[in-house]
Amino acid sequence: MVESEPGRREWPLYEVFVRARRGLSHVHVGSLHAPDPEMALRNARDLYTRRQEGVSLWVVEAALITASSPQEKDAFFEPAADKIYRHPTFYDVPDGVEHL
Amino acid sequence: MTTVLAGYVLALADDALVAAQRMGEWIARAPQIEEDVALGNIALDLLGQARSLLTYAGSLHTPVRTEDDLAYLRDEHEFRNVHLVERPNGDFGVAMARLLVLSTYQCELYDRLRTSTDPTLAAVAAKAVKEVDYHRDHATQWVLRLGDGTEESRHRMQAALDAEWPFVAELFDGSYVDAALLGAGAAVDPGGLRPAFDHRIAGVVAEATLTLPDVGPAAGGGRRGEHTEAMAPLLDELQGVARAHPGATW
Repeated sequence: MVESEPGRREWPLYEVFVRARRGLSHVHVGSLHAPDPEMALRNARDLYTRRQEGVSLWVVEAALITASSPQEKDAFFEPAADKIYRHPTFYDVPDGVEHL
Repeated sequence: MTTVLAGYVLALADDALVAAQRMGEWIARAPQIEEDVALGNIALDLLGQARSLLTYAGSLHTPVRTEDDLAYLRDEHEFRNVHLVERPNGDFGVAMARLLVLSTYQCELYDRLRTSTDPTLAAVAAKAVKEVDYHRDHATQWVLRLGDGTEESRHRMQAALDAEWPFVAELFDGSYVDAALLGAGAAVDPGGLRPAFDHRIAGVVAEATLTLPDVGPAAGGGRRGEHTEAMAPLLDELQGVARAHPGATW
C-alpha cells in the first residue's frame, strides 16, 4: 500500500463487534479498513469470524465513535472510586439463589 | 462409465485448481490487506474443492492416483480446465470480472450437482455451493462499486468485462460431458445452466451501469487439453517444487 499516492483516498477505518452466541453482547474485537459499511461487514466476516467466532457482526465507522479522552480520565472516572455504596456489597445473598 | 466419470470430475477439479492458483497470485498484491485476506480465502475455498474432486477422480483410476499425482505430475495437455481460469491476472477489475463469471457459473453448477445420483459429487457440491455463493457476492460487490464508481474505475471495469467475455462460452459447452453420465443423472449439462447465468450476470451488469459485452466466443479447447500460452508458466510454478523433489513430504 502506497501511503501518499496522489489522488488516492484512504479507506476509512471501521471498528468491528462480534456477538459470540445468542444472549451475549457484541464485543469489540478489532478494526479494519473498507471503502464502505457493506464491504466492512464482508471484510469483518473474513478477518474476525474465520473460526466460527460469532453469530452476529456489527461494524461502526471509527470516526463516528465519540470516546472519552485519556487526559480527562481522572476527572471522568476517579470520583466513583470512594463511593462504595454504589457496589451491591451491603446485603447477603439468600441461600439457593443461583443466577445472581 | 468409471473412465468417463473420472474425466468429468477432472474437468471440474481442474477449473477449481487452476482458478485457485491464479487467485493465490493476488495475495500481497491486492489493493488493501483486507482484500488480500478475502482473495486468499476464496483461493483456499477453490483449492479445497479441487482437492476433494481430484481425490475422487484419482480414486476412479486403476491403479489409484492421489490428488498430488494429479495436481503435480500431469502435463499441460492432460489438464481439462477452461481457458477463463488460466488467463494471466490483469488489474483488480479483471480479477473481479473473472471471479463474477466463474462463481456465477459454479453457483448454478454446484446447485444442480447437489442432487447428482453420484453421492460423492453430490456431497462435494453441497459443501461448495455455499462457498461459491460467497465468492459471487464478493465479486458482485466490487463490480457494482467499480462499475458505478469513478470514471476511471468504470472504464477499467467495462474493459475487464469485455476482455473476459469471449471466454464465457467455453464454460457452457457441454460437449465434454458423456451422454451416459447425463442419462444416469450423475453429471450436469452445463449448457442448461446458461439461462440462469445470463439472468444473474445481466442483473449485476445493469446495476453496475455497465454494458454486457457484445463479442464472439474465443476458440476454447481447454476440455480437450488444448491450452493458451499462459498455462505452461502457471504449471511451472504450481508443479516446480513437487517435480524437483519427487515424493518429498513436510
